Amino acid sequence: MTDETGTSVRDGADGSPVIRLVDVTKTYPGPPEVRALRPCSLAVQPGDYLGIVGPSGSGKSTLLNILGLLDRPTTGVYEFDGVDVAGLTDADRTRLRGSRIGFVFQSFHLLPHRTAVENVELALVYGGGPRAGRREAALRALADVGLDHRAHALPSTLSGGEQQRVAVARALVGSPGVVLCDEPTGNLDSATTERVLDLLDRLNDDGYTLLVITHEEAVAARARRRVRVHDGTLTVDGGTLIVDGGVLLPRGGSAA
Amino acid sequence: MIRSRDLLAEAAAGMLQRPGRSALTMMGTVLGVGTFIAIIGLTSTAGGQISKRFSVLQATQVVVQDAAAAEATRPTLSFPDDAERRLGRLNGVEAAGLHWPLAPAPVLSSRPGAVAEPVSGIEVHAAGPGVFPAAGVRIQAGVSYNTWHDEHHQAVAVLGAVAARKLGISHLENGPAVWIDGSPYTVVGVLDTSERLPGLLMSVLIPPRTALDHFGPPSPEHPAQVLVRTALGAAGTIARQAPLSLRPENPMSLEAQAPPDPRTLRDTVSSDLDVLFLALAGIAVFIGALGIANTTMVAVLERSSEIGLRRALGACRRHIAGQFLLESTGLGLLGGLVGSSLGVVTVVGVAVQRSWTPVLDPVLAVAGPGVGAVVGLLAGAYPALRAASLDPALSLRR
Repeated sequence: MTDETGTSVRDGADGSPVIRLVDVTKTYPGPPEVRALRPCSLAVQPGDYLGIVGPSGSGKSTLLNILGLLDRPTTGVYEFDGVDVAGLTDADRTRLRGSRIGFVFQSFHLLPHRTAVENVELALVYGGGPRAGRREAALRALADVGLDHRAHALPSTLSGGEQQRVAVARALVGSPGVVLCDEPTGNLDSATTERVLDLLDRLNDDGYTLLVITHEEAVAARARRRVRVHDGTLTVDGGTLIVDGGVLLPRGGSAA
Repeated sequence: MIRSRDLLAEAAAGMLQRPGRSALTMMGTVLGVGTFIAIIGLTSTAGGQISKRFSVLQATQVVVQDAAAAEATRPTLSFPDDAERRLGRLNGVEAAGLHWPLAPAPVLSSRPGAVAEPVSGIEVHAAGPGVFPAAGVRIQAGVSYNTWHDEHHQAVAVLGAVAARKLGISHLENGPAVWIDGSPYTVVGVLDTSERLPGLLMSVLIPPRTALDHFGPPSPEHPAQVLVRTALGAAGTIARQAPLSLRPENPMSLEAQAPPDPRTLRDTVSSDLDVLFLALAGIAVFIGALGIANTTMVAVLERSSEIGLRRALGACRRHIAGQFLLESTGLGLLGGLVGSSLGVVTVVGVAVQRSWTPVLDPVLAVAGPGVGAVVGLLAGAYPALRAASLDPALSLRR
């Protein structure tokens, strides 16, 4: 089910989606009860680069948490690699998350007392793999994002763009296949934003499946396809709509 | 899934992340465990001193003192002539000896008459024949005088080894004599050692009746006393019986001192030190536990985004709980280690200062860090559970 070695990032070559949401909703119990996500359906193919655009409070963070296995949907089906994750135990979901999904956050989330390379290595700790070779893998990942020369710097001595590149290196060091980015450029100036987006483009070219959640149109414009979240509802933005073939499947009568 | 070495490394990194705070957090455990070790160590050290001092020698010794003499204005002797024989009849008495120093000190010399050069620094004691077995002496040369000498008021003397050397008497073949206030006394024996009355070695001893004839009863400043050697365990009884047996008509004039009961001594030490200080140490350990719990709780709240990140990177709830438990246990263990060291140093320091032998059960040195670790483990339990139950999605947003 999972791709522990991470050698073939572009899996699912048979055309089956890596991520498939069917009528997923999320309601936070009140009072007052908050319906953060109305029935949403979505399919993401391996190697896809999907921009999820929406203003703050639209429900896109909720969507990201569900997609990242950090939260469970209230109703609906979520399949990852063709497996319904609702049937997985908490530990299984954690294992799946650790091995298949890389995260890039708006606020980087680097441990302040660890060097860049140690922060990258942390992503390999919970996989339970051998200690030997971790440092080398982390250094390779840093070299990938062009930061091998700052490997032993503390995050506080790095610029915002550099910190986010360290975070990207951490997201891809375990070769997860899917990288979830939550406002990856939200804390960066425009020049640095361009550099990080270029890096994401390259990751997608290398075969990573990318989901970028943002409120900035310019950032979403770099994605191959886009969906919009508004008031907890997913709508298509100029993409092809293929029912059950699984590129994108809006429901609930709210198609744009 | 995570390797235990990795978990340990993560916990260690968490502790070292804020070394100052970790050190302060450990302080309560350091104080508590340190006090525990110090109290137990000092108690056992003091107890060791008591048992060392409280030897068999002491346990079998009763001293009967002339209580009436202390209030007397002229020289008196409250003991009867046959004091030694009366005490000897008591069941449990092995030997009894009456003795007192002659005061004012008579002039002592090893030669007669005008050519005499007084020898100073040597006391003359009246000592009954029972003193020799009671004090546990060893005769180096000659014999000790006996009851016959005493009852017949013989002018004989036994010398302590030091006194004999000072008087220039090295052997008894020629029948040497010492002159006390001008009168000759034949030296019949020389003492080598004296277990209970080491002062005898620096003295010239003459029979009591002879002493009474020539020098009168003992002065009120230096009253007579009887040294009694008893069978093991009989000392207390003998001390109660001795005054009655010696002076049935006025037992209050005599005062018998029994050795202290070792059990009473130990009880005193325990009740005085142990209870109070162990309670204080317990409070310190408890406060230490609260400190660790509080710091770990603060750390959990502070590091909630780190917890969220670790969950995102594949850490299960139990990994998170394990890490914080390890951190708090580590703090407790280190605190216990430092506290034990300080406790041991305190015990040794006090012992050195009082020239005691430090007595400390080595198990304690191991138990100290163990207690600290358990305290840390218990203190970290609640914060660790809180950390594990944090919602990763929520904590990542902070």
